Amino acid sequence: MGIRFVVMVNKQGQTRVAQYYEHLSVDERRALEGEIVRKCLARTDHQCSFVEHRNYKVVYRRYASLFFLVGVDNDENELAILEFIHLLVETMDRHFGNVCELDIMFHLEKVHFMLEEMVMNGCIVETSKQNILAPIHLMEKTS
Amino acid sequence: MDLAINPFSSGTRLRDMIRAIRACKTAAEERAVVRRECAAIRAAISEGDQDYRHRNMAKLMFIHMLGYPTHFGQMECLKLIAAAGFPEKRIGYLGLMLLLDERQENAMFCFEHLVVLNADRDLNHSNQFIVGLALCALGNICSAEMARDLSPEVERLLQSREPNTKKKAALCSIRIVRKVPDLAENFMGSAVSLLKEKHHGVLISAVQLCAELCKASKEALEYLRKNCLDGLVRILRDVSNSSYAPEYDIAGITDPFLHIRVLKLMRILGQGDADCSEFVNDILAQVATKTESNKNAGNAILYECVETIMGIEATSGLRVLAINILGRFLSNRDNNIRYVALNMLMKAMEVDTQAVQRHRATILECVKDADVSIRKRALELVYLLVNDANAKSLTKELVDYLEVSDQDFKDDLTAKICSIVEKFSQDKLWYLDQMFKVLSLAGNYVKDDVWHALIVLISNASELQGYSVRSLYKALLACGEQESLVRVAVWCIGEYGEMLVNNVGMLDIEEPITVTESDAVDAVEVSLKRYSADVTTRAMCLVSLLKLSSRFPPTSERIKEIVAQNKGNTVLELQQRSSLLERMPVIDEASYLAKRAASTQATISSDKLAAAATPGSSLKLPNGVAKPPPAPLADLLDLSSDDAPATTSAPTTAPNDFLQDLLGIGLTDTSTAGGAPSASTDILMDLLSIGSSPVQNGPPTVSNFSLPGQAETKVAPVTPQVVDLLDGLSSSTSLSDENTAYPPITAFQSAALKITFNFKKQSGKPQETTIHASFTNLTSNTFTDFIFQAAVPKFIQLRLDPASSNTLPASGNDSVTQSLSVTNNQHGQKPLAMRIRITYKVNGEDRLEQGQINNFPAGL
Repeated sequence: MGIRFVVMVNKQGQTRVAQYYEHLSVDERRALEGEIVRKCLARTDHQCSFVEHRNYKVVYRRYASLFFLVGVDNDENELAILEFIHLLVETMDRHFGNVCELDIMFHLEKVHFMLEEMVMNGCIVETSKQNILAPIHLMEKTS
Repeated sequence: MDLAINPFSSGTRLRDMIRAIRACKTAAEERAVVRRECAAIRAAISEGDQDYRHRNMAKLMFIHMLGYPTHFGQMECLKLIAAAGFPEKRIGYLGLMLLLDERQENAMFCFEHLVVLNADRDLNHSNQFIVGLALCALGNICSAEMARDLSPEVERLLQSREPNTKKKAALCSIRIVRKVPDLAENFMGSAVSLLKEKHHGVLISAVQLCAELCKASKEALEYLRKNCLDGLVRILRDVSNSSYAPEYDIAGITDPFLHIRVLKLMRILGQGDADCSEFVNDILAQVATKTESNKNAGNAILYECVETIMGIEATSGLRVLAINILGRFLSNRDNNIRYVALNMLMKAMEVDTQAVQRHRATILECVKDADVSIRKRALELVYLLVNDANAKSLTKELVDYLEVSDQDFKDDLTAKICSIVEKFSQDKLWYLDQMFKVLSLAGNYVKDDVWHALIVLISNASELQGYSVRSLYKALLACGEQESLVRVAVWCIGEYGEMLVNNVGMLDIEEPITVTESDAVDAVEVSLKRYSADVTTRAMCLVSLLKLSSRFPPTSERIKEIVAQNKGNTVLELQQRSSLLERMPVIDEASYLAKRAASTQATISSDKLAAAATPGSSLKLPNGVAKPPPAPLADLLDLSSDDAPATTSAPTTAPNDFLQDLLGIGLTDTSTAGGAPSASTDILMDLLSIGSSPVQNGPPTVSNFSLPGQAETKVAPVTPQVVDLLDGLSSSTSLSDENTAYPPITAFQSAALKITFNFKKQSGKPQETTIHASFTNLTSNTFTDFIFQAAVPKFIQLRLDPASSNTLPASGNDSVTQSLSVTNNQHGQKPLAMRIRITYKVNGEDRLEQGQINNFPAGL
């Protein structure tokens, strides 16, 4: 329902972040990621950002060396998901300051926390950067 | 810290591990690093290490993301959740969500209770963030039972004061409602009250909760329709009119996500309900006109708006507005927007087809777009757009595009074109034309039932047959690479060859072409010989050649040559069809007689051949086999006069009478020297060769006589009259001159000895035979102690009279005679056979000769 997964993959095909909102086994996940990444990597910049894969759609966007892939149901608004991806990137940017792939890799759990605040059970919960980052700031202050 | 002393300590920090993994150059290195880390983590877990637990968990999550198994860490999650500190809890819940799979039955059972206990405690915690954590985790992974247990808690939390908690509780409720739809009623009231909140996070969750409730139960839908519509309208109005709010602003629009969610909910509520639709009309119009569309966010809102307008019972003014927006989208240069527009148009089709037709030209352009997704969408849309009026022009466009499209798209395109053509063809000529074009351009992608249907159509439309065969011939010459085209063309040339050559049935639009008979044969031959032709195509070519050979007699020699080349082909189908053309080879008279008397199976099966050779064929060939059953016995086996007609009774399709065709081959092969390497003919050899084994000198044993029994059960169901016929035959012959019916035979001959049998039968006792055996010594030494022994199969009784003498003089000066009396209990069904053993002494040495006598005359 809504969003099925959020995956960040670099240009070599290595998964950096993977959050699934429906249940797939490890093998299925790997197969899925491989297939979709191949499709997306093969597309040029001038083609549209939506790929149809099996019975759902994948909305993707490339930021520098990282591909953001979001799998959604067929009845979801694709343009809205594009906005959501951009919002995610901006949130990360605000927290890490000029976020790059290395930041994501070394602070994986923080990225997950951010995603958790934004999406729950496949639905977009919070879209205000302040609200999203507040708990994370709190946690950093206490630890 | 103790890295040097204890290399297995879990002291490595997460970032060090990540660095190490990144530094790996090969997959094997990475696996080694991961294995080492997992071992360290496992050791730490078994020691019960407290300090680094959350670090280990973070490492485990990273490893899990790479795709390695991490189930040993699951208990750690629980321990972390139970810990008091916030970071530990956080990591614990995160680990719980990532590493645990709802579908793992056994794991979930034990975990559920543990998790529920912990979660319960956490849900009642004073710290709102901890509560939030628990809600989050539950919202993501809880199962139905967990949902039932914890739902009262969640309901309570929906009323809490903290907006954070409320929003998470709302989303958790979504999951609960999804898992246990019965609980929907409990959440209805709270959902509506949540809509009055100010906090956007809560609002968005609440809207989504309402959407889920509507899906879950009908009462909820009704309730919400009544109660929350004005709330929704108010929200939308506030949010679109509000001034700049830096919190939620995206590209100049305040919280587009909220916009979109509300619009979606309106769609769900307004579907099928006129009152609701009326209520939201104004606000929809406002949103549609006011939103700026130069940024993606604005376009997203417009997209959702148009979808909503299409989904509810909107006024026509509103609909026009929507379609205009669509038109604008279609001509946008951004691929994303165009894709989205095409999507919308598909939905708009159901509502207002006229409007969509207006944009037909643009849509056709999109079919040729460079982008794969756009092409697919456009093609589907075009398919929906086709109606009687525009079928021809649209098809023409599509077929033109088929020429230049790339391979992976051709498949879809061909399928769509074929179905359009089939559905909308008013006149056959157009249908045929289009199909021919499609076959020449993309024959390889055309499905089987499509070209089957085409053939059926051609054979039914007699006035168009000439045209079809000529067009197909031209197409075949132009591009012979497409399988389906070759098949259809070859079939037509075979069927309507004379129309091709004589320009029969010309239509006004055609120009006459000159095709000679040998040209036609050429075309088929080329298709046959092409290396890429598969078995079906080759089989069809062969049959087509057969048909041509009877229609064009002058070419039949050449055709025979071509066909004969395939006689030895290893594929049964081809071999079969090649042999159909030959004259059946002549069978030796003597062996024929032997066969006939000895085994009625041959005649039973050939009777079957005759009976089955009656018309299944729609061919206009001279069918020479339509004769009453008994006569073909003679005709088929009397081979000099009969020609191809007897054999072309096998129609173009695969042999439906297994035995019939086998016999066709079998009869030819028993006499031809070159044995074809196919198992079926070997079986048949056995069937027919029971009687002919003397010709081949096979060494059958006594047990061999079970073969006739086998063969007999195979062909058992057939008419027993033939047996009687033969019995009559054989008995009638036996009634005639006894001696001439049973000529004396040389039963056994070796370098030293010759045995001759003379037969006598008494009239009225056909089973009994008296045999006079005479032994002649061919050497120059005398045989002494001459003993002759004989053995017969079970159904024969043998009585040996004493020999005239035990000494055989040399050089055939005199012969010894002995009389045998033989009774064949299965007279007429099984022939006589005998095994003999002769012992004698020559110059004091023992000699032994053994042999088998198979050449008894038939009828004994």
